[in-house]
Amino acid sequence: MSNDDHTPVTTHDSQVPVHHEADPIADPGLPPHTWRPTDVDPKAEKRAERQIAAMFIAAMISAVLFVVAYFSFEVGDNWDTFAGMGASTVSLGVTLGLSLLLIGVGIIHLARKLMADAEMVEMRHPAASPQEDRDATIQALNDGLDEAGIGRRPLVRNTMLGAVGVLGLPVVVLLRDLAPGDALDTSKLAHTIWEPQMRLVRDVTGTPILASEIEVGDLVNAAPEAMFPTEENGYPELEGAEEQAEKAKGAIIIVRMDPDEIIPTKGREKWTVDGIICYSKICTHVGCPISLYERTTHHVLCPCHQSTFDLADSAKVIFGPAARPLPQLPLAVDEEGYLVAQSDFDEPIGASYWEREKQ
Amino acid sequence: MSTDSRLDTSKVATSNRTDAATASKPSPAGSLASWADDRLGLATAMKKNLRKVFPDHWSFMLGEIALWSFVVLLLTGVFLTLWFNPSMGHVTYEGSYDQLRGVGMSEAMASTLHISFDVRGGLLMRQMHHWAAAIFIASMMVHLLRVAFTGAYRKPRELNWVIGCILLLLGTLEGFTGYSLPDDLLSGTGVRAADGFLKATPVAGSYMSFLLFGGEFPGESIIPRLYIIHVLLIPGILLALIAAHMLLLVYHKHTQWPGPGRTEQNVVGYPMLPVYAAKAGGFFFMVFGIIALMGGLLSINPVWKFGPYDPTKVTAGSQPDWYMGWPDGLLRIIPTGWESVIFGYTISWNVMLPILIVPPLMLVVLMMLPFLEGWITGDKRDHHLLQRPRNAPTRTAVMVALMTFYGLAWAAGGNDIIAIKLHASINQITYFMRVAIFVGPVLAFWITRRWCISLQRHDNDKLLHGYETGIITRSPDGQYAERHLPISTSAAYSLTARDRDEIFTADGETDAAGVASPNSRSEKLRARLSRWMYVHNVQKPTAAELEEAHHHAAHEAELTSGLNQPVDGHQFDDHHLRDADEVPLRDH
Repeated sequence: MSNDDHTPVTTHDSQVPVHHEADPIADPGLPPHTWRPTDVDPKAEKRAERQIAAMFIAAMISAVLFVVAYFSFEVGDNWDTFAGMGASTVSLGVTLGLSLLLIGVGIIHLARKLMADAEMVEMRHPAASPQEDRDATIQALNDGLDEAGIGRRPLVRNTMLGAVGVLGLPVVVLLRDLAPGDALDTSKLAHTIWEPQMRLVRDVTGTPILASEIEVGDLVNAAPEAMFPTEENGYPELEGAEEQAEKAKGAIIIVRMDPDEIIPTKGREKWTVDGIICYSKICTHVGCPISLYERTTHHVLCPCHQSTFDLADSAKVIFGPAARPLPQLPLAVDEEGYLVAQSDFDEPIGASYWEREKQ
Repeated sequence: MSTDSRLDTSKVATSNRTDAATASKPSPAGSLASWADDRLGLATAMKKNLRKVFPDHWSFMLGEIALWSFVVLLLTGVFLTLWFNPSMGHVTYEGSYDQLRGVGMSEAMASTLHISFDVRGGLLMRQMHHWAAAIFIASMMVHLLRVAFTGAYRKPRELNWVIGCILLLLGTLEGFTGYSLPDDLLSGTGVRAADGFLKATPVAGSYMSFLLFGGEFPGESIIPRLYIIHVLLIPGILLALIAAHMLLLVYHKHTQWPGPGRTEQNVVGYPMLPVYAAKAGGFFFMVFGIIALMGGLLSINPVWKFGPYDPTKVTAGSQPDWYMGWPDGLLRIIPTGWESVIFGYTISWNVMLPILIVPPLMLVVLMMLPFLEGWITGDKRDHHLLQRPRNAPTRTAVMVALMTFYGLAWAAGGNDIIAIKLHASINQITYFMRVAIFVGPVLAFWITRRWCISLQRHDNDKLLHGYETGIITRSPDGQYAERHLPISTSAAYSLTARDRDEIFTADGETDAAGVASPNSRSEKLRARLSRWMYVHNVQKPTAAELEEAHHHAAHEAELTSGLNQPVDGHQFDDHHLRDADEVPLRDH
């Protein structure tokens, strides 16, 4: 308690608390230090020592058990031995946790019971530097700037600032190829892989769907046939990013309801086949695939943010944050009775974006 | 070369310092220390800081939890990088987990499954990493609340508050980039929503999305890009800002609670070496240990149950990690159809408001709090003594209002879960939230402020009339009264160790020439805000009031003593056993 921090503080005028009155109760000062049992009773001290050492020894045992557990328990198939957790994970976690915890509790016990516990007082200093230091710094700064002469030579200063500023261009331009070449062509958002006469197929198996096999009340998750290219259908093999992007955009849901229940929309009278109606599966809010269908009301709900669409009424939004109906895919049947698209969607699917009306 | 002319090396200086060489042999530790100081010169800095005093209070430990869980994140994170493969290359899973064997997935997902099922301790480290992340962010938030509620953000600590807010933002982004990495169905859905948020940005939205994803969503670049952001970029900034946060803490010295001998000019507590170093070090092991136990015993983010990401699939009850919940909640309660088309360009208010506008705005409001408060109060003094929340009723109420907003938004993010658990209609919950998000914070503000003021009154009652003993006495004429006894001097001092609030008044709207002063409008606003902030507060009693109250109490005691009743009523409980003067304020 004897370093120079304990000397009285010199403060700037504005830093001293302003007391408009004497404190109503005078500061009684720090209470005297009281001794702990471990300070005065050698038995208590010994007991604390033993407790702490016991914790450290238990920590060592636990760490050794960790090693034992590591080599004793298999991982792999046995991942749900105890309550959905594997024996290896549980035993490694418990032994590691106990070992660490015992070390921690031991050290804190040591600090509380056996280390000196007399409180110390240290004086504070104002956060601000002394005024003479501030003045000297300003002086040094001014001297330095003066000697640089930048202020006197506006031509040099301005061109230098300009040069550094224009350097921002290469930095920005370098990021252009984050999406190289026509990967940055955002007009792709406006189109999907759907084209006239492309069959609707089941999304898992890739089998085409007969209009007759869909019952009233059914909802079928489907995909474009082009996502399942075969020699027979002749669609080109898609790979990697392109496949994923088309998969993400082309997903659809097909429902069948009583044709009388469908509220007709102008221009879409011929887009359904005997009450079979098809919409994009991608929510127009932020693009989650919608999934929860309630057949009695024809409502479909997006599980992400609960936008609800009425499939009988052009998939109009009836609840939730979405703003636009799900895009509808015009349907027809081919000569074999399979469902096919009449064309691509007539608007971009999925989340809204700035230029969607322009494309 | 004769023996006479040999150099006597024992007299040669062992260092080039000004003091003479010492003949005595230093201890090994001492010689190591001087070896280091000869090269680093650390002794001057260490001299003060080794025994630096830190005040003690349980609430000062909250930030420490954040610090130590960050260390655990670094350690477990390094372990995970040894196996994790941040690639979207398509593979067929052939590992140990039966249900997914033969399923196509990205290498990121496959390597996550490999860590979970084929690396011993791998699942433990994954779960520890995820739990530590949740604890990191939660403890930052609670620490932030502690700092705000006690006024610790006042001058000179405003900038450290701003750093703290940035740490919270970065921690949240770090969490999002981290849980997106496994490329499972749940996190992929989150990434797709994030793509929707980007696209909702005016003008450049779709380009931002294409640049981030390396083309059209989902592309093959997002996982490696998130990975480098997660393991290098954000942790680097976090580390630098945490270092700055700690350095400022050391420079300012920690705040302390007022009490006997604890003033604005000093700091009272235990020295860094040994007590604080031991407590903090021990606490690191405890935090680490508890996270290890959680990692071993509590399942978190079981990606194998969700399966690999498929852009056409989604699971019901899709929820982001809890700290992303509140913007998600705002997103859910936006009314239907908030989108406009202006000059042919689409503006998605339904996404912009809850994601791109309100959360950044909230962060700015949070960062501005100490500056706003400083401007309203006009207080330019340094503050090192903490305030009890009740003694700053308006600040406390503002924080509770913000918490209520956050809590309601967060609950709205779980509206589907609430609907299932309570068998309630999700629509009705959503309608309720749309109203509650506005009404709730106002109510919370009003209730909290009144509550604080009542507590201030209670403090004054204790000061003026003593505390309630619970002893009922009956006077000779049959009147029953509860006996009050004065509180200890140290408790009374602690209660009065606070400043009186001063309402700022804008004087002189016009100067002598009758010209409105250019600042008068802002000064008038400031005066009104200052009044709003302070006018209902209860001030501590003056010395005269205390004097009068004591006089009154003495008079009462005299009256009762005249009745030959020397007992103070405490012969029947344990109050005589305690030395009341040593009971600190916080125990009352």
